[in-house]
Amino acid sequence: MAEHLASNWRLREQRYQLIGNVCLKCGAKYFPPRQVCTVCRGTEFEPYQFSGKGELYSFTTLRQGPAGFENYTPYSVGMIKLDEGPMVEAMLTDVNDDELEIGMRVEMVTRRIREEGERGILIYGYKFRPMSE
Amino acid sequence: MRDVSIIGIGQTPVREHWDKSLRQLAVEALLAALKDAHVDEVDAIYVGNMLSGELTGQEHLGALLADQLGMNGIAAMKVEAACGAGGSAIHAGYLGIAAGQYRRVAVVGVEKMTDLWNGNVAAGLAMAADGEYEAANGISFVGLNALIMRRYMYEYDLVEEDFAPFALNAHTNAVNNPNAMFRKAVTLDQIRKSKKVADPISLFDASPVCDGAAALILSRRENLNGNSARAIEIAASTIATDTLALHDRQDPLWLRAVELSSIKAYAQAGITPQDIDLFELHDAFSIIAPMSLEAAGFARRGTGTYLARDGAIAIDGKLPISTMGGLKARGHPIGASGVYQAVEAVQQLRGEADKNQVQNARLAMTQSLGGVAATAVTHILRGKG
Repeated sequence: MAEHLASNWRLREQRYQLIGNVCLKCGAKYFPPRQVCTVCRGTEFEPYQFSGKGELYSFTTLRQGPAGFENYTPYSVGMIKLDEGPMVEAMLTDVNDDELEIGMRVEMVTRRIREEGERGILIYGYKFRPMSE
Repeated sequence: MRDVSIIGIGQTPVREHWDKSLRQLAVEALLAALKDAHVDEVDAIYVGNMLSGELTGQEHLGALLADQLGMNGIAAMKVEAACGAGGSAIHAGYLGIAAGQYRRVAVVGVEKMTDLWNGNVAAGLAMAADGEYEAANGISFVGLNALIMRRYMYEYDLVEEDFAPFALNAHTNAVNNPNAMFRKAVTLDQIRKSKKVADPISLFDASPVCDGAAALILSRRENLNGNSARAIEIAASTIATDTLALHDRQDPLWLRAVELSSIKAYAQAGITPQDIDLFELHDAFSIIAPMSLEAAGFARRGTGTYLARDGAIAIDGKLPISTMGGLKARGHPIGASGVYQAVEAVQQLRGEADKNQVQNARLAMTQSLGGVAATAVTHILRGKG
């Protein structure tokens, strides 16, 4: 996995603020942002900040992690259908595995995703947790 | 367009080959295929492989293997489409002949996975999905398949056990395949009790990390050189794509690329799904088997598991699948799997499948998928039968 600072830095708006984009021609919203609209092939966009609220479409608990994540197992990840339409995949946090349920309301929080050893960088980003009603 | 036939097949056993490197495995399979075809040269070599750079520190496999085969000077290249690399290499070789550029080509699929630890392999495999938005969030390839399986079970009111007949069928068929990784019969009870890897996926729902190589010799139909009796025609060779990331799919429970490449393949071969005698599908995970059966037109949406429950997928069933063990039990050396499928389909169509022979097999379909079917490569092979 490429671990230059730049490859993480350039994704800061997506990872910290859930900023996607919206097609100026047809209004389709995207997260992650796209350069070509898959609905109308338009190429003019403006940034769009998602609310970070949505519902859990599916989830799983990983017992074995890929390199870089092996120290965090077991951890749960999910697909979240955002209220604005797009789906995101993220780690789930502040919840026990056995409380996870398809359809539950969840919200985005900013958390540490992983660290690159003692001398490496800390990578932050979005995770999702059950919404407090 | 020229007609293309398969005139030779070769394979190494699928194993953890600690004593053999990538080049040794690939050359072994290629030499076996050349011998089977009774030829000693080809105009080009296409190599299907996904992770040689990542897992073995070696890229540039085209030149490497042409050289190691003693054929340096000829055209050679690697074709990559994640786990669909093998099928994609066959497609590239097919086009080379169909277009009239080459008279005879070799296709080899090879993957050497056991030189690194499992965590590195998992990180490598995660590259089949979206590196910036899936892998970067710790979502492994197993994880993606688990997310689909959970939702599929929810939508269609199924439990883990409904998928067990797929693993059972694959392992039962692998017992009689000397080249399969797992040759010990398993029971439904063992499958039911196997431990979870990523809920709801358990060990028996996932294909193993392994090494292997498989090869084909393709030829113009008019250059069969005495091979005509055993030649198998490539009646269709198609590729279709879908969104790379699972989260970008309008319907994550429908394998759109499988549907598109299958429809194109049926049209190219001039047949319907009902004409297919056996189907080597991409059962890297149990969940992909029913979803492939649905998208390829063999079952209605949400009913793919019924074919397994009712025995239709067995060797003597209506639509045998994974007849030599499939990815699940023959093993899934990533970039090689698509070529193993074709080798096994040729064995079936020649009547050389021994105890696993599908009776009167004339049309075989193989399907090699990359990522969560972001690439789907479909081949239809026609025997003389």
